[in-house]
Amino acid sequence: MKRHPMVTSLRLFDVAPLAKGVAADVSHVDSAARVDGFVGDTQLGAALHGADVVLIPAGVPRKPGMTRDDLFNVNAGIVRDLTAAVATHAPAAILLVISNPVNSTVPIAAEVLKTRGVYDPKKLMGVTHLDVMRARTFVADAVGGEEDGERRRASGAFYTLVPIRPRSRERPSYDVPVVGGHAGVTILPLLSQTKPFPRGGFSEKEIASLTDRIQNGGTEVVEAKAGAGSATLSMAAAAAEFADLALRGLAGERGAWGCAYVDGGGGSEIKARGLEFFASKVRLGRRGVEQIAGLGRMTPGERVGLEKACEELRGSIAKGKAFVAAGGGDGGGAKK
Amino acid sequence: AKQRTRPSGRAIDTNIIMYATTRHVARVARRSASNVAVLGAAGGIGQPMSLLLKQNPLVGELSLYDVVNTPGVAADLSHCNTPASVRATVGVGNAAAALEGMDVVVIPAGVPRKPGMTRDDLFNTNASIVASLADACAQACPDAMFLIISNPVNSTVPIFAETLKKHGVYNKSKLMGVTTLDVVRANTFVAEHLGADVSATKVDVIGGHAGTTILPLLSQCGGAFDDDAIAALTQRIMFGGDEVVKAKDGAGSATLSMAYAGAHFAGQLLKAIDGEAGITECAFVESDVTAAPYFSTPVTLGKNGVEQIHGYGTLSAFEQDVLDKAVPDLVAQAEKGIKFAGEA
Repeated sequence: MKRHPMVTSLRLFDVAPLAKGVAADVSHVDSAARVDGFVGDTQLGAALHGADVVLIPAGVPRKPGMTRDDLFNVNAGIVRDLTAAVATHAPAAILLVISNPVNSTVPIAAEVLKTRGVYDPKKLMGVTHLDVMRARTFVADAVGGEEDGERRRASGAFYTLVPIRPRSRERPSYDVPVVGGHAGVTILPLLSQTKPFPRGGFSEKEIASLTDRIQNGGTEVVEAKAGAGSATLSMAAAAAEFADLALRGLAGERGAWGCAYVDGGGGSEIKARGLEFFASKVRLGRRGVEQIAGLGRMTPGERVGLEKACEELRGSIAKGKAFVAAGGGDGGGAKK
Repeated sequence: AKQRTRPSGRAIDTNIIMYATTRHVARVARRSASNVAVLGAAGGIGQPMSLLLKQNPLVGELSLYDVVNTPGVAADLSHCNTPASVRATVGVGNAAAALEGMDVVVIPAGVPRKPGMTRDDLFNTNASIVASLADACAQACPDAMFLIISNPVNSTVPIFAETLKKHGVYNKSKLMGVTTLDVVRANTFVAEHLGADVSATKVDVIGGHAGTTILPLLSQCGGAFDDDAIAALTQRIMFGGDEVVKAKDGAGSATLSMAYAGAHFAGQLLKAIDGEAGITECAFVESDVTAAPYFSTPVTLGKNGVEQIHGYGTLSAFEQDVLDKAVPDLVAQAEKGIKFAGEA
């Protein structure tokens, strides 16, 4: 974020004193953004004052064997308390929630903002972009090949809805919408909507293994780190990519499309199922979420996945709302 | 498509015009990719720097090595949607396996400073680490380019050179101590002082990479400074590292800014290897420019590493004074490294 040309002031907050050290470190990078560090509850307001975008990766990560939901007890309180501060000090900011379990922490944030009378559904988003990044990567790995690149160049189909990495001669780029949520079976990659659609499409086996890998990408890293943590670097890269979309949208750029977990996501089809939050393709602009796309055409297999995703999401959303209803929306609990 | 030309007569790549509707211009790559190894990839510098390298389209294979944790780091990075492939090697003594086929080796391995320590205080631990990694490099990838970040750079670069010489594979054009962070700090602090646009601020920094051996050439950067400002800015640039060590209060030294600087320098080298002309960066290399055996000045990089070492131009009286004091220190620190390598 320090190097993003649209960032003028970067505020780094944590409960750990290291936030000041990180700020000193990052402040030496030769780009225009000013960097300041803030530590502890008493400085949280100063960190938030005047912020246009707030990113919340705070919380504890998974260890092997844990689901994102196992983090709920610790992270729910953290997100509640930070959101309460946002409600006080930066109520108009775009709020990007990374802290897991996103499927529940976003509803928690919404309830807190509602209690304080400052909720704007266009401003609150759960960051699911890492799932999109994984989908793009795993599909490119699976399909790959120069031949594909040649074919696509000939057809002239180069621009995609979402900016992607410069293409190399050997490695084609694909974009895949990922809808639903950000945990296990709630992660629903719509492989049938891959752009550009690879010649020959995907076999049943490929769909199953790609879907499985995209859904469990996070677990793949937790296990590879063997207790040392969960995805940090790819998550940072994904969050920065999504924050870039949000910043460009705020600057008035058209066409800043990405997937995010939002209030009203998935459009009328999901609303009809009574799900308040859902990840789908959204267009970001000056007001935050300007446009929410419907799910588009799905295969029968994807529809089955949709059912499973909705079932789990219902429970996760309810769990988040209940947490706030039980504990109060004003961040009364002590921060862990 | 019709061949279009610039006014100068050079061809315009029409493919780029076609892609101009995308946010990122997707070039049809004609570029070569280099294989890059990071030794110390699981550390505070190694991890963020490996992320930045993974995002560099000129990296073909990214090989991560450390004594612990690299499989997890590699799994993490492998999910980023960029062309570079990632592989991990882990464990004491296993560096050679990570180095096979590598064109560029970046070495941040070692322990960082705590408050009150100089970079030289790290010598005892880091000297052994660097010597052992140099040994592995000499055997596994003798023709690669070596970028040394491990402190104290003023001594670890000579250690690396001596170890390569023992194996008969030393190439002075391919061994560089990374001083880019001093340049980055100089750009930042000078721009801040002048209230200038930092992206247009370019300060050369010569000498070495420790305290008073760091000499920013403020007289040559185009800004106007009074004597107090020169003294204060020079001091701040020299001790920028200490500033971060102090702010982290025992939790480490500069990691993120070092990762950025290291990745930037490596990226510039990759462009030069790819054939891009005019790539000039400050780097700590074997040099005749002063009496010190290794010295940093702007160098032009090319396909085979350092193509040309530039002088430092005209110095102000203040800068000459700093240089006069720095050279004996650099000689002594190099000697310390050479002696260590001789006894190892």
